[in-house]
Amino acid sequence: MRSTRDRITAFVMLLPSIVLLGLFVYFFIGQAISTSMTDWGNNSAQPPLSANVVKSYVGLENYERLMSAVLEFPFRVSMVNTFFFTLFFVAGCLAMGLVLALLLDQGVAGEGFFRTVFLFPMSLSFVVTGTIWRWMLQPGGGLNILPQSLLGLEPIEFRWMSSREIWLPFLWEDVPRYITYLGIAILALITVNFLSKGRRRAAQYAIGAAIIIALVFAAGLWDRIWLPLEQPETEASIAPKGFNAALIGIIIAAVWQMSGYTMAMFIAGIRGISEELREAARVDGCTEIGVYRYIILPQLNPIILSAMIILGHISLKIFDLVFAMAGPDNARTVVPGILVYIKGFRENAFAKSAAIAMIMLLSVALIIVPYLWSQLRGQSRDRG
Amino acid sequence: MKQRIAFLCILALLLAVGSFANAQDEELTGELEIFSWWAGDEGPALEALIDLYGEMHPDVEVINATVTGGSGVNARAVLKTRMLGGDPPDSFQVHAGEELTGTWVVADRMEDITFIFEEEGWYDVFPQDLLDALVVDGAIYSVPVNIHRSNVMWYMVDNVEEWGIDVPTTWAEFLDVCPTIQEAGVVPLVVGEAWTVNHLWESVALGVLGPEGWNSIWTGELDPAGAEMVEVWETFGDILACTNMDVDASGLSWQQATDAVIEGDAAFNIMGDWAAGYLTTTQGLEPDVDYGYAASPGTDGVFMWLSDSFGLPVGAPHPDNTVAWLRLLGSLEGQNTFNPLKGSIPARTDAVDAEPDLYNAYLQSTAADWSEDVLVGSLAHGTAANERFMGEFNQVMEIFLASGSAEAAASAMGAVCIQSGACG
Repeated sequence: MRSTRDRITAFVMLLPSIVLLGLFVYFFIGQAISTSMTDWGNNSAQPPLSANVVKSYVGLENYERLMSAVLEFPFRVSMVNTFFFTLFFVAGCLAMGLVLALLLDQGVAGEGFFRTVFLFPMSLSFVVTGTIWRWMLQPGGGLNILPQSLLGLEPIEFRWMSSREIWLPFLWEDVPRYITYLGIAILALITVNFLSKGRRRAAQYAIGAAIIIALVFAAGLWDRIWLPLEQPETEASIAPKGFNAALIGIIIAAVWQMSGYTMAMFIAGIRGISEELREAARVDGCTEIGVYRYIILPQLNPIILSAMIILGHISLKIFDLVFAMAGPDNARTVVPGILVYIKGFRENAFAKSAAIAMIMLLSVALIIVPYLWSQLRGQSRDRG
Repeated sequence: MKQRIAFLCILALLLAVGSFANAQDEELTGELEIFSWWAGDEGPALEALIDLYGEMHPDVEVINATVTGGSGVNARAVLKTRMLGGDPPDSFQVHAGEELTGTWVVADRMEDITFIFEEEGWYDVFPQDLLDALVVDGAIYSVPVNIHRSNVMWYMVDNVEEWGIDVPTTWAEFLDVCPTIQEAGVVPLVVGEAWTVNHLWESVALGVLGPEGWNSIWTGELDPAGAEMVEVWETFGDILACTNMDVDASGLSWQQATDAVIEGDAAFNIMGDWAAGYLTTTQGLEPDVDYGYAASPGTDGVFMWLSDSFGLPVGAPHPDNTVAWLRLLGSLEGQNTFNPLKGSIPARTDAVDAEPDLYNAYLQSTAADWSEDVLVGSLAHGTAANERFMGEFNQVMEIFLASGSAEAAASAMGAVCIQSGACG
């Protein structure tokens, strides 16, 4: 009886936030999904900004065009840019954050001061960071003449945001193949891991998943997901894929801003490890480096995962930093967020803009949802 | 008693008539929100207009809502969210031409203000080409404040003399002197961030195609993927090789690009004549003495124009105040207050003659060109093509920059023409 009343009370207390969330988050997500399946802004007979514009349902056409139409190459470049940006931004933040955290863990004098200094960039908005770094990276600007003024070396000639160099080139149509190989490789590693721990059942699942992926690839199902380009030869010449060197400056700025935050997460993790464990390891003859390698780092795995999720979703949604540093019109540094803005508010192609926004949402959901799911499952297991 | 009632009735009537007459010349009250992208160097000109409005209608509180960003790139995005959200300003700045008609008029978001033009007798004072860009189905939708010229080439008189080069009058001449200038360690032609490259492109296209060829792109008579267009892109590619495109272009604002000319790092710059205002007012240089100007190569006698205008959006909260504002904008006094400060010429053809002393040598010569030259609309500044074309033209430009192929660019432009419906 009592528990029913508790439940009702809980539900009533939660109701306002459920209603607000439902309206302002999920209703508008639904709105964006339905917009992305219309021809709003594509049909030149219907003025897109009219109050009574007729929007016809076109299904997945906008998504199909983004994946295959010649003139939609900026979207594909933006996806590649997001991939590399996320990769190097997350790796850079984790490395910098870990190094800073380990340094501060050595019991330096004035640790609180340094912690504040390293954390400080996070208090700036990305727009401020972007503007500062844009000035520093200008030709003849701060960072470029630093080697010259400090050491008398040649100034850096690299064209940070305007470079047209492409590293690690690959073809857009090869991506499904790479994803397949990568997926199988990861599953193989997991299988080996499970087998070594003697969990045969789990290993069988992993092998099964790998076989399914291989079959999907072999059956040509990828062509339905990763639509073939209309003109593959043109694509390679007008929008070559690879790591755009123009992103390096933006990655540096982003790492500068967020590595202090990652450091704070690591410090919290390290402080959570009890001193007795370290003592015990030392008593057993473990070296200081060994303590970090075998005691501290393994226990930081959950922190690393959380940091990856938080940094990853920031980088998938990045907009302001790129806008401030490279401008919205820089074709080499374009990211999906910028495209949503340009397609929507410059070209009035609102449906296409909504489609890109949905793809961004999906990509963020791909990392957030499994994480939340495993967290919630872990919690209920703890309780049960 | 009856007499008394009759008397009261007459009194009431008189009072009513009196108050009605009062209402006629009653001072305007309330607010007037003016939305524009005139901030920074261009701010004082707008402020002067607002001050003038304040003197005429002291009870109206003018709200000067500006969103910075060259050519209105950011302002337009903010404006769209406001219009779509049902919160239009009382009046907003919009480029005359397709940006007004192709975006807002076709969407039924603008009020017909033909009555202002009729009452003020403005049909005779604005050139017909300009009026054509404001009219849809015989109704006029905005009041042009100023005229800017897009196809102007800027240089420093002393520098050009020192390097011993003549100011090129055709693109062929420019390409001839290009190596000479480069050998002197100077950038022959400086460009800046993306839109300034589009700006250069329209001058090149006008130079190669001529005014009739340019206009025939937008009427559908010239194939945007055809041989003429390929030639435009080829010439454009040769010209880009004489610029700082591969060095630092994308990081430069148009002012910084102009600075490169002033400092002697670059020889020429193609920019709209808002650069004259920057050179004269901000940098304190004399036209003809310190800095020189010429029509961009191959476009002598052609005036590629763009015009800032203001209209009355549907659902504006204070339409009476807006109408008064529009009347001021189109008046001789309004145009002669605004334009000398902005560094542009009045859209009215009679304004400069009324008070020539207000305008410097550059503006006087441009005003003369405005009434004599062949007029064509600008692409990069919203006159010639709709916003969809302008947006997708950036993709065409990127295709050209990435592949260097004039054919690929021309065929992409053909596709964009069809998609956007901008070419005829």
